[in-house]
Amino acid sequence: MPGAAIKTVNPLTMNYLSQVFFLICLVAAGYFLYQRIRFIIRNIKLGKSEDRNDQPVRRFSRMALFALGQKTMFDKPIVGVMHFIIYLGFVIINIEILEIILDGLLGTHRLFAPYLGGLYPVLISFFELLAVGVIVTCVIFLIRRNGLRLRRFWAYEMTRWPRADANLILVLEILLMVAFLTWNAADGVLRSRGVGQYAMSNGGPFLFSQFLAPLFEGWSAGALIIYERFAWWFHIIGILGFSIYVTYSKHLHIALAFPNSYYARLEPKGEFRNMPVVTNEVKSMLGIPADPVPETAAQVNTETTGRAPDRFGAKDVNDLTWKNLMDAYTCTQCGRCTEACPANITGKILSPRKIMMDTRQRMEDAGHSLDKGGPGLEDGKGLLDDYITREELLACTTCNACVEVCPVSINPLDIIMDLRRYMIMEESKAPAAWNGMFSNIENNMAPWKFSPADRFNWADKLKESNEA
Amino acid sequence: MADLMAKGEEPEVLFWVGCAGSFDDRYKRVTIAFVKILNKLGIKFAVLGTEEGCTGDPARRAGNDFLFQMQALTNIQVLNGYNVKKIVTACPHCFNTIKNEYPKLGGSYEVIHHSTFLQQLINEGRIKLQGGGEFRGKRITFHDSCYLGRANNIYEAPREVLAALDADLVEMKRSRRNGLCCGAGGSQMFKEAEPGDKEINVERTEEALATGATTIAVACPFCMTMLTDGVKNKNRETEVNVYDLAELIDKSLGNGR
Repeated sequence: MPGAAIKTVNPLTMNYLSQVFFLICLVAAGYFLYQRIRFIIRNIKLGKSEDRNDQPVRRFSRMALFALGQKTMFDKPIVGVMHFIIYLGFVIINIEILEIILDGLLGTHRLFAPYLGGLYPVLISFFELLAVGVIVTCVIFLIRRNGLRLRRFWAYEMTRWPRADANLILVLEILLMVAFLTWNAADGVLRSRGVGQYAMSNGGPFLFSQFLAPLFEGWSAGALIIYERFAWWFHIIGILGFSIYVTYSKHLHIALAFPNSYYARLEPKGEFRNMPVVTNEVKSMLGIPADPVPETAAQVNTETTGRAPDRFGAKDVNDLTWKNLMDAYTCTQCGRCTEACPANITGKILSPRKIMMDTRQRMEDAGHSLDKGGPGLEDGKGLLDDYITREELLACTTCNACVEVCPVSINPLDIIMDLRRYMIMEESKAPAAWNGMFSNIENNMAPWKFSPADRFNWADKLKESNEA
Repeated sequence: MADLMAKGEEPEVLFWVGCAGSFDDRYKRVTIAFVKILNKLGIKFAVLGTEEGCTGDPARRAGNDFLFQMQALTNIQVLNGYNVKKIVTACPHCFNTIKNEYPKLGGSYEVIHHSTFLQQLINEGRIKLQGGGEFRGKRITFHDSCYLGRANNIYEAPREVLAALDADLVEMKRSRRNGLCCGAGGSQMFKEAEPGDKEINVERTEEALATGATTIAVACPFCMTMLTDGVKNKNRETEVNVYDLAELIDKSLGNGR
């Protein structure tokens, strides 16, 4: 008798306990998330200030194209489409979260269904379509990651944790989507039996979950309600947990891709960051009046940071800008940069991805140390040498391939160059051949050992060839 | 430039020769080819001669911004002294540095790379390759320079110049945005590579040779050196030539007129 079941087990109308528990979960998750976000923002703020608020229209359209539209992802069309499915699934299915949260708080069941009428099953069916798409894609990605052994997923910097992190995210996504679909299926069977609140007119059947119904046909109403509740709770707790997990994971790009592409450099990639401090010194050396260089938006505002005199270049993460550090948190370790890096392709140890991973690691290590009242960045270590070696830095050809291919507008070259500047300008530790080149430029105005007086001699050849 | 200035004349354009164009035996031939084109077309140009100095690009890429800015500020004084407005150069590194990095130090000019310059001359009909030149129908592949392509988004100009040759233009597997560096950028030209399994220029040359091209077209003195060495490394220098765009146009003009 279905009617009897309602009276004995009805978790939906009278279970204030579960509403209170839900509220506690929500508040706890919100609190943890808030703490994690504060930790990350504090770490990013270890970096130097730099104004990147110029040209908002251009920045906004850039963000629309690269973050929202995922333009670079389609450089690899098949993967691009698959990634887009997961992205759509993630964003759109999360609309359903709103209903789930309200149901949880109010003790209702499918709160929106009566209001949306015939649209409701269409909407949920669309979510189901996406959920199936996400499951299929995640399974393919798992096989691709672990079975196909793509070079970029097995590079030396992809140690156990980065690889486990990637797999964990995919498995979690699959579990969440399975919970969503089976929840709908169990719910559908309960509805068809007319059990209590489940018996609503427009609560289904939905596109995919109706085919899962046979799995649940033989179950008693009580068992079905238990599974329905379990799947519902698993789904929502899973999502709350995921949102916290993401902050520990490489997966932060789902949020940071947007600000990161908004604040990307707008200058031509070939233009390296100028150093106004150097300009003033050089001008006084050359006897040029050292008027303050007009600060453009993209230049580092070294005067107003109120810090101790800046180093030339970067030895540690606090010598980099906040954007360099946000880049590090945005990196999802896809390795497209490393795959495109000419040095890496030819077996050098430089990997732009590792540069980003190391920068994040250094920031996090310092952040945790600060939280424990420790020395933070004053621990006698530095990003240079303790995390990133000189051999890596020296191998870079500044070709910008890593910058070009990054789907989320990360610039590893900026960090490499700042570390190089520290090596050369603060420590004067350049390879001997570079020191030779420097002194040639200084003395002969050319990187090679030729007399500047001979610079125009090529014109003699021209005369010869004209006479010939 | 000093001579023109003394006569109170102004050139259409200043040709920035660059260090490789001035001193490197191979690239001097490119300088001469480009000057011959300018002369043939009656373009009034000037060079700084011995007053030119390294733009500072290798110093900046190697991390020595003091030296870079010394060079830059010195050159800017000379260029501003002559009231230079428009600069053409055959070196993407000089091009990038003067165009993008000199303005912040007080030197703003209209700077064009010779690939764009040649393309404009072709489009304006000033360069006419009647009946095509010696490269007609020959298989040519173009190697994108990082400082022209990714750094400044110039991908089509050099290809349009090559298209004017009526040659069989083939692309390498990695081209345009995905073009592979020759290995010389970032001041790697001036030191040995770090330990690895392979030289970058060999990797790139193999890719160029795989297209079956008999001519590898370049638009940069460093790429020229790296790919020429790469072709020698593969013992293919008798059948495969590395030419700069200006040389290809000059050779074709010579035959076409």
